[in-house]
Amino acid sequence: MYVYDQYDQRMIDERVNQYRDQTRRFLDGMISEDEFLPLRLHNGLYVQRLAPMLRIAIPYGMLSSRQLRKLAQISRDFDKGYAHFSTRQNLQLNWPELAEVPDILAELASVQMHAVQTSGSCIRNTTSDEYAGVAADELEDPRPWCELIRQWSTLHPEFAFLPRKFKIAVCGAEQDRAAIHTHDIGLELVPHPESGEIGFKVLVGGGLGRTPVIGSVICDWLEKKHLITYLEAILRVYNQLGRRDNKYTARIKILVKAMGVQAFRERVEAEWVRLKDGPSTLTEAEISRCQGFFTAPAYRHCDAAAVTAQLQAQAAGNKRFGNWLQRNTVDHRVAGYRIVNIALKATGYAPGDISDRHMEAVADLADTYSFGEVRTTHQQNLVLADVAQEDLYELWQKLDGLGLAIANLGYLTDIICCPGGDFCALANAKSIPVAEAIQSRFDDMDYVYDLGPLDLNISGCMNACGHHHIGHIGVLGVDKKGAEFYQVSLGGSQAKDASIGKILGPSFRREDMPDVIEKILATYVNLRTPEETFLDTYRRVGLDPYKERVYA
Amino acid sequence: MPDVIKDGRVVADPWQGQNLLTPQELNASGALLGAAAADAAPVAVVLAPDQPPSTIEGDLNRLGLVAINFPVFTDGRCFSYARELRELGYTGEIRATGKFIRDQLFFLQRCGFTAFQFEDDANLEDCLPSLTDFSESYQAAADQPEPLFRRRD
Ligand code: SF4
Repeated sequence: MYVYDQYDQRMIDERVNQYRDQTRRFLDGMISEDEFLPLRLHNGLYVQRLAPMLRIAIPYGMLSSRQLRKLAQISRDFDKGYAHFSTRQNLQLNWPELAEVPDILAELASVQMHAVQTSGSCIRNTTSDEYAGVAADELEDPRPWCELIRQWSTLHPEFAFLPRKFKIAVCGAEQDRAAIHTHDIGLELVPHPESGEIGFKVLVGGGLGRTPVIGSVICDWLEKKHLITYLEAILRVYNQLGRRDNKYTARIKILVKAMGVQAFRERVEAEWVRLKDGPSTLTEAEISRCQGFFTAPAYRHCDAAAVTAQLQAQAAGNKRFGNWLQRNTVDHRVAGYRIVNIALKATGYAPGDISDRHMEAVADLADTYSFGEVRTTHQQNLVLADVAQEDLYELWQKLDGLGLAIANLGYLTDIICCPGGDFCALANAKSIPVAEAIQSRFDDMDYVYDLGPLDLNISGCMNACGHHHIGHIGVLGVDKKGAEFYQVSLGGSQAKDASIGKILGPSFRREDMPDVIEKILATYVNLRTPEETFLDTYRRVGLDPYKERVYA
Repeated sequence: MPDVIKDGRVVADPWQGQNLLTPQELNASGALLGAAAADAAPVAVVLAPDQPPSTIEGDLNRLGLVAINFPVFTDGRCFSYARELRELGYTGEIRATGKFIRDQLFFLQRCGFTAFQFEDDANLEDCLPSLTDFSESYQAAADQPEPLFRRRD
């Protein structure tokens, strides 16, 4: 993974000092609340319902075991001994003290981490594929590009006060695991139709929130060296023309819709002409420097046939291991290895929550089994990306001992859920208790497996941090005359054939939600053909059969 | 006499008393002067956030001061305007006026602002350290034409 040199370290250290001084001046009454607001947001600090919330950046989801141990220590020393992985691959602390945040940032800087631009109207942490570099279906590793974008966007002098927040995602594989269609800018590494040279397809104006939109292609193929100047041109057009009078119309998706993609593209091209081939054009040396941080580790050679046979025997001998192996591990690019997902979705814990002890335990497992690296996912889970097949059984036993071997990855109970009304000041309704009630209702794993792959996403308000629009089943907390209600939508997808879910009908009370979900699932089971997933069936039959059943 | 921060120091405002033209007034005066405009004394103009540099592009060579006024400190358009002015080749003073804040000085100066006229000029010396919050930056900008990746060793 990327390692700071003296320059990176110096900037992050200076950032800590800058914010320490700003916090001091704020506490001394020399900076007003209004003026301090963006300063603290740019350092990840929100003021939430119950206490401040600090969002720590995990650039494109990559963590070393050393960094994870530091996060454990921080959540113990400065918080209540647990933290929350968000749907944007970041980590959130729910109870830090405002006055102590500079100390937390200094601790982070000591392991090459920060909270820069994790909130506020600026370019946020770039997200990517949690299987980057190891996925069997990968064309090119997106992480060097994410790092180049991280550096370009970090403390960018021109784009610190955009009309609204701005999110970029990059994917380089067949399957889109980075949800690039629902980001302000989505980048996909694609071969040129004629030459085959790999470049970027650029999408713009996707997003969730109040007005969900699938991104539009603004450039079919961009030569790699132009990445930064092209991004700069898009941002400059947005910074100047994006609406600033109303926060609900300020995202780039509204601008692109208002102008039309063609006119927007022309503006970007006009801006780009001035920047193209200028000093910010990437050099071969810089591209290979960044790529050099993401090379393959020293994989062990193994007798693939023998290991596979052994694994099959282990799976046959232990059904729980077999289930976990089948559901939570994924094909690796290298023979003899698998990608392991650690689902943070145990019933009784908020999705994405993890204790300090578990963080340390996972760091140890990463050291023993996966070259000391851990990844975070936008499904709020963790990944050990490079586990030798012959170690899988042992690893599973240890995870099981920790209660971290829940074998529900990609299934109904692997719920994506925002912090909601329990923590978030913006919420219309609680989301965690809904997730829990659904997980408790569907505790029969055989039924859950039989339902097949199913994304259930829950957001506590229109801001859509739980990405409810792109869940196969989406749940949104709404406020009805002061009471908490839940609106259900069906048919969303975050895959390459991305779609926005359609609202089923009038919203429901919280206590009815498990029943509602049960009826939806029963309808699917009734109507499906043997091969169909939940999404397939929905796309074939539409909303009506579900409506009839649920509102009968 | 009111003070401003200019080129990293607190100084008496060199443009004190100067009339700041709007882009419309500037364009009109240019048309009036015709060819004589080139020899006239440098003039000063003020841009509001819906008046991009393209509105004064033709008059840049007779300007000595472009003030960019922040109606609120979070109006990020002003940052892009300064950069565009520099990219158009304007070399005179670019001054921030209005509601910008001290904690923006580092970024503002990177974008091409060379002078800062605070609404309250009482503690300008205290603000100077914010100009040097960082000793290095990743991006190319008005103060540093090369991005860090072309300079790393
Ligand atoms: S979706 Fe709404 S309630 Fe949930 S975390 Fe985001 S802002 Fe808060």
